[in-house]
Amino acid sequence: MSFINYSSREINCKIVYYGPGLCGKTTNLQYVYNKTAPDAKGKMISLATETERTLFFDFLPLSLGEIRGFKTRFHLYTVPGQVFYDASRKLILKGVDGVVFVADSQIERMEANIESLDNLRTNLEEQGYNLDKLPYVVQYNKRDLPSAVPVAELKAVVNPTNVPDFEAVAPTGGGVFDTLKAVAKLVLTELKRGGNG
Amino acid sequence: MAGNQFLMFEEEQRRIQEACDLLARAANAEAVLVIDKNGQEIARSGDTDDLDVTSLSSLFAGNVAATGGIAKLLAEKEFSGQFHEGEKTNVHISLVAQRAILVVLFDQRSSLGLVRLRVKKASEELTRIFEAIVRKMNQGSAQTQVFSEITDDDIDNLFSE
Repeated sequence: MSFINYSSREINCKIVYYGPGLCGKTTNLQYVYNKTAPDAKGKMISLATETERTLFFDFLPLSLGEIRGFKTRFHLYTVPGQVFYDASRKLILKGVDGVVFVADSQIERMEANIESLDNLRTNLEEQGYNLDKLPYVVQYNKRDLPSAVPVAELKAVVNPTNVPDFEAVAPTGGGVFDTLKAVAKLVLTELKRGGNG
Repeated sequence: MAGNQFLMFEEEQRRIQEACDLLARAANAEAVLVIDKNGQEIARSGDTDDLDVTSLSSLFAGNVAATGGIAKLLAEKEFSGQFHEGEKTNVHISLVAQRAILVVLFDQRSSLGLVRLRVKKASEELTRIFEAIVRKMNQGSAQTQVFSEITDDDIDNLFSE
C-alpha cells in the first residue's frame, strides 16, 4: 500500500524481494546500499541470525528524487528465504507495492525456486493480493555459476506469466539496478493508474 | 478504502502533529512517533534530532506485525500495547485505529502509568483523525488527480542518471 502524504509531498512505496533461501536477496540490497549516494539512502537494517541468515527482514530506505513535486521514497525489504520462516514472510508482504522474485539459477535449486514461487503466490492471496495484478519482476541470479540452468529453461519454470525479467550476478552488481529500476517503474506506473480512479 | 493507497492530507497531518506535540508534553516524554502500520513515518514530536526515525519506523512496524502474528497464533484478537524497559529509555507502543502505531519514548522523568493515561487520551483523538482520513479517501479527493497527470517521461526521468 503506497503512502502518499500531501502535506509533506512524499510518496512512499514498499518493494519486497522474495525467493528461496540463499538466492541472493540480501546481496541485492547490499549492492544497492553500497552503490547509492549517501544522501539518497538511509541505514540498511538486517535482522539476521548469528550465521548471517536473514531471520526476519532486511530493510533499506531509498530516495529516488522528485516526481511532480513529490519526493519518491522506496522502502526495500527482503524476506527470510528459509522454508520454516513462513510466518515472518507473510508479515513482510503486508502493504507491499511491488515484488521482485529472485530465482537461484543453479540446477540444484530449481525445486526450491518453484516451492518459493508457489509460497509467494499463496501468501499474497492470503493477504488479498493477486501476483498477476501486482507490479512484479523476476531476477535470474547467480548467472556466473557453473551449474546455472539456461535462461530459457529457467524462464519457463519461474516466469510463466512473462513479466519483465533480468539476469543477475548480485555480488558484483550485474542486473541488480536493472531489476530495481524495473520494479520501481512498475510501481509508479501503477500509482499513476490508481490516481485515475 | 481508495484502492491500494493510504493518503495523508494537510489538515489531518496538522491535527496529528498537534496531538503528538500535546502527548509529548502531557506525558513528559522524550519523543513521540506516529508510524503507519507498514513502517512509514507519519509524525514525530519531542527530542527526535538524534533518532534514526526511518529505521525505527520500520523496526517498530516489524515488531507490531510480529506481535500481531503471535496474537493470531494464540487465538488472541490482538495485544493492544507493548512496553520495553531500558536502562535509560523506555518504550510504550500501541496501535491506533488499526492503522497506525503510536510510540512514546520516555525516561525517569515520566512513568509508565502517566504515559498509559496520556496515550489513551491521545489515541482517542488520533482515532478520530484517522477516521476523517478514511472518509476523505473514500470521497476520492480531487488531490489524487495529481498522479494521473504523471507521464511516462516523468517516471523515466527519475532513473535517467
